[in-house]
Amino acid sequence: MKENVFKGTARIALIIGGVALALGMIGVIEAFNERDIVSDVITLGQVVLYACPLIAGYFVAKREDVGRSMVPVHGLLGGAIAAVPTFALLYITTIWETIRDSFINVSPTLIEALSFGNESVLAGGMRLVLIFAVLGLVGALFSLLGTKLRAAFLQAVAWVVGIGVMSEILVNILRPRLTSANLKALFGSGLNQTPFIFLLVGITVLSLAWQMVGKDRYQARQASMNAEQKKRSSIIRNVLIFCILMILPSVLGVYLSEIFNNVALYILMGLGLNIAVGLAGLLDLGYVTNFAIGAYLMAIMTSGSEYGLTTPVPFWIALIICTLAGMAAGFTFALPVLKMRGDYLAIATLGFGEIIRILAKSDAMKGTLGGAQGILQVPAAKISGVAASIFVPILDFINGILGRWDLGIIGSKGGEIIFDKPPQLYYLLLACCLLMLIISNRLNNSRVGRRWMAIREDEDVAAAMGINTTSAKVIAFTLSAASGGLAGAIFAAKLGSIFPHSFQLLISVNVLSLIIVGGLGSLPGIVLGAFALIGIPELLREFAEFRLLMYGIALMAMMLLRPEGLWPSEARKRELSRDDDPPPIAASAGAGD
Amino acid sequence: MALLEVNDIHSYYGNIHALKGVALTVEEGEIVTLIGGNGAGKTTTLRTISGLIRPRQGNVKFQGEDIIKYAPHALVPKGVSMVPEGRGVFAKLTVEENLEMGAFHRNDRAGIKEDIEKSYEMFPRLGERKTQLAGTMSGGEQQMLAVTRALMSKPKLLLMDEPSMGLAPVLVDLIFDAIIEINKQGMTILLVEQNAHMALQVANRGYVLQTGEIVLSDDAKVLQNDPTVQKAYLGID
Repeated sequence: MKENVFKGTARIALIIGGVALALGMIGVIEAFNERDIVSDVITLGQVVLYACPLIAGYFVAKREDVGRSMVPVHGLLGGAIAAVPTFALLYITTIWETIRDSFINVSPTLIEALSFGNESVLAGGMRLVLIFAVLGLVGALFSLLGTKLRAAFLQAVAWVVGIGVMSEILVNILRPRLTSANLKALFGSGLNQTPFIFLLVGITVLSLAWQMVGKDRYQARQASMNAEQKKRSSIIRNVLIFCILMILPSVLGVYLSEIFNNVALYILMGLGLNIAVGLAGLLDLGYVTNFAIGAYLMAIMTSGSEYGLTTPVPFWIALIICTLAGMAAGFTFALPVLKMRGDYLAIATLGFGEIIRILAKSDAMKGTLGGAQGILQVPAAKISGVAASIFVPILDFINGILGRWDLGIIGSKGGEIIFDKPPQLYYLLLACCLLMLIISNRLNNSRVGRRWMAIREDEDVAAAMGINTTSAKVIAFTLSAASGGLAGAIFAAKLGSIFPHSFQLLISVNVLSLIIVGGLGSLPGIVLGAFALIGIPELLREFAEFRLLMYGIALMAMMLLRPEGLWPSEARKRELSRDDDPPPIAASAGAGD
Repeated sequence: MALLEVNDIHSYYGNIHALKGVALTVEEGEIVTLIGGNGAGKTTTLRTISGLIRPRQGNVKFQGEDIIKYAPHALVPKGVSMVPEGRGVFAKLTVEENLEMGAFHRNDRAGIKEDIEKSYEMFPRLGERKTQLAGTMSGGEQQMLAVTRALMSKPKLLLMDEPSMGLAPVLVDLIFDAIIEINKQGMTILLVEQNAHMALQVANRGYVLQTGEIVLSDDAKVLQNDPTVQKAYLGID
């Protein structure tokens, strides 16, 4: 027997309604209500809440067994049913006075928000049901629009919500560049109404235009270019990106630069771990080991405290030593686990990560590593002496040309360049990231990269092909560890002090997640993944208590919707693509060089 | 001097005595087959020869040199190539990339290209599918790929582990025709098979392995007519 159409509608709506209820009861709605998206009109919390009936309506209408003429009915119904769980909560609060004893987040504020401040909670609840039903209808009708229009509109909404959420930060960035009157016109407590409408319409139109005309033209032009033109355009693009990266700190200001720095640290580690996990397929869950070794070594070599050397090593030499020490650690830890595969390897490496942290915390090592109190007074990186006398005039010259968009903060100070503030450190990290990016890229296309690929696919067969799997694995672990040591060293100099608790397992997990979210084995994916998993949570600090929840949801959504990652590498795209036509072979004659 | 000489090897899995003194020789230009039932030690013998398992006793000589001491990968440049059991193609690489992997230790780009073209001539099906992911091909096509890939390293000796496993009879014929063809071009082949019927048809000589020991060895024609072999492996009463 065919299932009743309405039963399907009710099921979808109730699931999404349950999500809405859960969001309310764990306090997401209330916390998000603190941020306005459009000044005094709609808050982030409301966006999240109202998204539920919209989504419900959309999915209800998308079902194949719903006839076109019945779409509005199902939309209305879906929206209304999605409100039922929340309405039930409102009803329960009227008969259960002490509900907050059990559900701490069901606060009067939340109830007020959900019932629209009505005296009678139930009357307010009815209003909620009504609004949900209407939104369900809107969602259902939305599903009837053309694919392109839908995509354009969703893109516009995403942009506007993004801008609304970030309005505070945007105001800070724009303040030096706009008059306060102009700024007031754009932003209030969130985005103002007029710019909101302009943006919404503008982005929709632009996106539509791109999809209808621009995209085809762009692709046609790409296709018509010959190799030399392609090369030239990629050079131009890279130079442009580089220029933007160079002036970024002076645009972003201190706070955002700091966030960029944290992201950059993770990009560095991600690039390193990617060699082991993404290229060679060795699941390493103890990447924090290398990070910790780099950081502690840097601290010991340069610190002015009792744990530091009596004659501190200059930062740059220490930086190189830390990188080499990371590699040495990678090499050493690779030896005992060479015969392990898959899960067992992950467990063993997980152990290494914990060993280092516990060792650093232990009393046994307190004399050299400072125990739980850590090592303080790690000086910031600086360029002084002869190198400074070369660099400082150059920088002054460049800043002179750039004027207001200068690399200002990195300018000369008393004949030295000190990397002690986020905008300066940004340049140091940028340099390291670019270096690692280039190295990773070269490795990926090298002969050893081929060996790693073979091992990743099948170790035994790789050996049968004449590939020395042992040495390839050791090389992978060693090179992978290098940028961990480097990142650790910079981390120590950045923070000025290090403690064992900075080297939790969570760091390894974060680095691994960002690689997976970005797209295993893909270099741009790592950058994107780091911004998504490290950058965005930093920007939304006030919602930090929901950070892990969001993280989990994001990871699950990724695995379900885009298992190949945000920016997958060519190989992964092939492997996970749903198209049946075989994609053209990558120009890879690299087998025999 | 035989191309391959296996002298009295004893191999173990943990405490399980899998090979109890296996000895066999393969002369240049021959097809030699090693037949036997499940768990007789056929694959173990191949794994021991190719260095994946180290025997506790005995030695394996290739062109007179003891090769037990080499790791599996080091045998490929010496001229021993293996078609692994269950085909073992790189599922997520294309056909062409798989073939390139087979030529990993070679440095002559032009020669590699030429050999890839030769592979496509031998199995036109592969040429049609050179940009397809190996894992998305049928079992027979994967076996063709595994065989040609093993040839890409320009071996002197080809070790084949149950090439007929899990294939439709038509495809088994196709693979065995290819084996004969490769042999005609001068390749020495050690063929491990459960399909004794087919194996004895193409082989010059055969060895019968039973619970880790060689119980019979003779010309393939003789073995085909041997009553015990007929009864145990050919299904003839």
